[in-house]
Amino acid sequence: MRRLAAGAAAVAVIVSACSGSSATPAPTAAASAAASAAPAASSAAASQAASSAPSQAAASLAACGTVNIADNPWVGYEADVAVVAYILKNDLGCTVNVKTLSEQVSWQGFPTGDVDVILENWGHEDLAKTYITDQKVAVDLGSQGNVGIIGWFLPKYYADAHPNLMNAYQQADPAKAVATALNAVASDFVSSESGGKGQLLDGDPSYVTNDEALVAGLGLNFKVVYSGSEAASDKAIQTAINAQKPILAYYWEPNWFDSQINNQMVHLSLPPYTAGCDSNTKSMTCDYPPYNLNKVASVSFINSGSPAVTMIKNFKWTNDDQNAVATDIALNKMTDDAAAKKWVDAHPDVWKAWLAGTGWTGN
Amino acid sequence: MTAAALAARPRAALRLSKTRSILLLSAVAVLLYVLANGHLTLPLDTQTPLFTALNSFRDWMIANRTAWFFVFFFTPVREGTAGLVDFVTGWLTTLGWVGIAAIAGALGLVFVTWRTGVAVAVALVLVGLLGVWDATMVTLGQMIVAVALSLVIGIPIGIWAGRSDRVQHVVTPLLDLMQIMPTYAYLVPLVLLFFIGNGTATIATMIYAIPPAIRLTALGIRGVSAETVEAASSLGSTGWQVLRKVQIPMARSTIGLAVNQTIMMALSMVVITAFVGAGGLGEVLLKALEIQDVGGSFDAGVAIVLLAMVLDRLTASASQTSDRSRPGADRVSVADRRRLQAAGITIAIVGIGLGVTQSWAHVFPSDFSLSFADPVNALVSWLEANAVWLTSGLKDVASSWLLDPLQQVLTSAPFWLVIGYAAALALVVSGRRAAAVAAIAGLAIAALGVWRPAMETLTQVLFGVVIAMVVGVAVGTWAARSGLVSQIVRPINDALQTMPAFVYLIPALALFGPTRFTAVVAAVIYAIPAVTRLVEDGVRGVSVTAIESATSSGSTAFQVIRKVQLPMARRSLLAGLNQGVVLVLAMVVVGGLVGGQALGYRVVQGLAQASDFGIGLSAALAIVLLGVMLDRITQGAGARREVKRIEDE
Repeated sequence: MRRLAAGAAAVAVIVSACSGSSATPAPTAAASAAASAAPAASSAAASQAASSAPSQAAASLAACGTVNIADNPWVGYEADVAVVAYILKNDLGCTVNVKTLSEQVSWQGFPTGDVDVILENWGHEDLAKTYITDQKVAVDLGSQGNVGIIGWFLPKYYADAHPNLMNAYQQADPAKAVATALNAVASDFVSSESGGKGQLLDGDPSYVTNDEALVAGLGLNFKVVYSGSEAASDKAIQTAINAQKPILAYYWEPNWFDSQINNQMVHLSLPPYTAGCDSNTKSMTCDYPPYNLNKVASVSFINSGSPAVTMIKNFKWTNDDQNAVATDIALNKMTDDAAAKKWVDAHPDVWKAWLAGTGWTGN
Repeated sequence: MTAAALAARPRAALRLSKTRSILLLSAVAVLLYVLANGHLTLPLDTQTPLFTALNSFRDWMIANRTAWFFVFFFTPVREGTAGLVDFVTGWLTTLGWVGIAAIAGALGLVFVTWRTGVAVAVALVLVGLLGVWDATMVTLGQMIVAVALSLVIGIPIGIWAGRSDRVQHVVTPLLDLMQIMPTYAYLVPLVLLFFIGNGTATIATMIYAIPPAIRLTALGIRGVSAETVEAASSLGSTGWQVLRKVQIPMARSTIGLAVNQTIMMALSMVVITAFVGAGGLGEVLLKALEIQDVGGSFDAGVAIVLLAMVLDRLTASASQTSDRSRPGADRVSVADRRRLQAAGITIAIVGIGLGVTQSWAHVFPSDFSLSFADPVNALVSWLEANAVWLTSGLKDVASSWLLDPLQQVLTSAPFWLVIGYAAALALVVSGRRAAAVAAIAGLAIAALGVWRPAMETLTQVLFGVVIAMVVGVAVGTWAARSGLVSQIVRPINDALQTMPAFVYLIPALALFGPTRFTAVVAAVIYAIPAVTRLVEDGVRGVSVTAIESATSSGSTAFQVIRKVQLPMARRSLLAGLNQGVVLVLAMVVVGGLVGGQALGYRVVQGLAQASDFGIGLSAALAIVLLGVMLDRITQGAGARREVKRIEDE
């Protein structure tokens, strides 16, 4: 079957090469077949580079080949992918496959070659142990610059009206103070789903969450209600804000949705995180740790010699950068490529630094 | 009282009418509930030994990816399928949009009519105008491979089942199971065995699409009259000759229908498979929803509907035309046929030539576009701004007056009482075997450790089925009595059945919030078209004489419906009930994505989080078991009546 795929790739490339067409017709020839189909893949990439970025001197670059980027289901991540993919395609002549997958499923793609790189990893120590330490099929490519905050968020108008609640974490016994303050207002958050208790709205099940354990550990008169997806949570938050009603939700930053709701969600601090305070998975009392988001890549990709590896290693930007691109995608309904181009055109100094060491000689 | 004693009780009451038996049973159940509620309710523990063991099994599988069963079976199967898909998609891309449109048009022209040819070509151009050509080709590539493999495997099995009763008996319950099983439920085990990617997506599609291929082929073979087969045998034909010269040719149009149905089933998997990395139109649709762009997801949904239309027209009509015995209807002379074929071949060759050589005919030009996004988004925001007071009130009332009490009862009843009542109902309605199946399914759910979420899901399913039946019977009856209503309802039903459910989830979320009620609404919308259709069919089938005699004896229209049309269409109503249950249940997992919680949420969680694999897999199995239980009870009702009817005649 590999041979068939490779043969198909070759035939397809030859057909299109002869015809002088400008598109890349080569089947993505699954990374598994890439080894035998290498000449085909590189010629396809070259033909694309030549057509879509005529100003770049593609000849001086090593062949980039195909890069499979996991696209986890939140818009901030999509912004990472948009910009990285744009530069890989236009400056390094790569063929980029973007695959929308949940976080855990993305990691499973490392050993099979379905995923080459994750651009925004939030913690996941268990997965890092399995795939980086034990199986040795993936490596940490270092920080991508964004700092993530996960936690419980409230609308600003509600927070302003309840300073005691917002400051409770600074008291002498923060766990008790936070619990008392939250239980005092639990009735504000009752919904049709919470069975008379306060509702804590959790989001997509693939995200990192300790909320059941927090409710148990803090002894809260709240029930964790699962919206089931980011879209469902966002819709609920937006509806509450439009109606100026209270809502307590699992939320995170950087988050494109902030611009949709005029930054109306504020973080409710729980007792601060200390190392190991989240070790009991059934009961805990501390807030989520701040996340230094990092990149993870498969070993086979790292060893491929593609200039894309160097570029992705260098990729690093700020929360503001990400939010700008995410807002263009989500709110202004720009395509990924258009939003990426807008940011790339405005920040040449940032992204040119990412290309150092790739052999890129454009300007 | 034990479940067995409870199940035995109605046997004494069998001489009573079924309705009385059910009432008596319910009275006993209520009494037992009052006495025993709160005991043995099996609350959910998310870390049972079973879940932990399943998690370790998963970890072991992932750590042993070099084990023989991966190396020699799962991995080659996945890579082989993925290789085929890449191969086909590569060619679809190479041919360019003009090439594809020309080939489709030529197929329509040669095998159906010139009108169909033009229609499918126009539909494909519309897909391009919607800006999703590339995604559509990715989806089409997967569809072609999934359908081709389903047919290559399914038709021979179908032929075998058609010729052998023993094979038929083995295959039928398996196919029933494959079709009851909610599609999302088997993604969890599939990802474990095959990992992600378009290979896995194609395999998932096959599992869902293969049953009609097998079933309809067997039906076609069985439909060939015994006399014909005997005649052929007595003339000295071997078994193989009978098959090749008599049975297959005579079953041709049914096998054509099998091809058509397999394609339609495969297309309904487009969005679901995007969850395991299928890409294509499903991914476009989900990504639009992620940013709450309902209009954008609507465009992708329209593209899926158009693709379905193209494939349906080409195959549905092709299967009819290939049936040469079909009398009348635009028969074409041999000379005309030759001319059509020549024209078709020319169009295809010119189209391919242009598509391959000319860049404008290769990549769909982005200068032209068509989108429903803006008006759809405007409509949705208008609804959100102006209808929320009504809908959120409706949601609150339904939740606190109907969902909550029912859920309270089901989750506080002892598990043996629920299982006993279900088994006893099955015994009364469908007989001993159904009762045994229902009891075993119930006990298995309890053993899996997901009893409580299963009861929450059951609450939503029962509620959803009732609403779907009420609406379906009302609309179906109305449509059967009025041609105008029927004409209005039919295209709406068609659209609702082909348009992926995900498209209307975001507006539903805006109106009802992430709640169980939203999940029920999604399920009801999904189930109503099928129920309506079955009811309309049944009511239409009631003999005109019966209605006329009722009308002439002075019955009002309402009396005619209640006393004549609905009772006489009973079989269709029961079939509608059965379909309603299966379809509502199929949406349980999707409901989990919009606040339905319960089993659906656990399945989604199991797919997403490694540490929840065990509970996710158990929840997936529980959905299947719940489906088997409800299906057996309701299907039995239809079958028993059918037998009785035949005996009566």
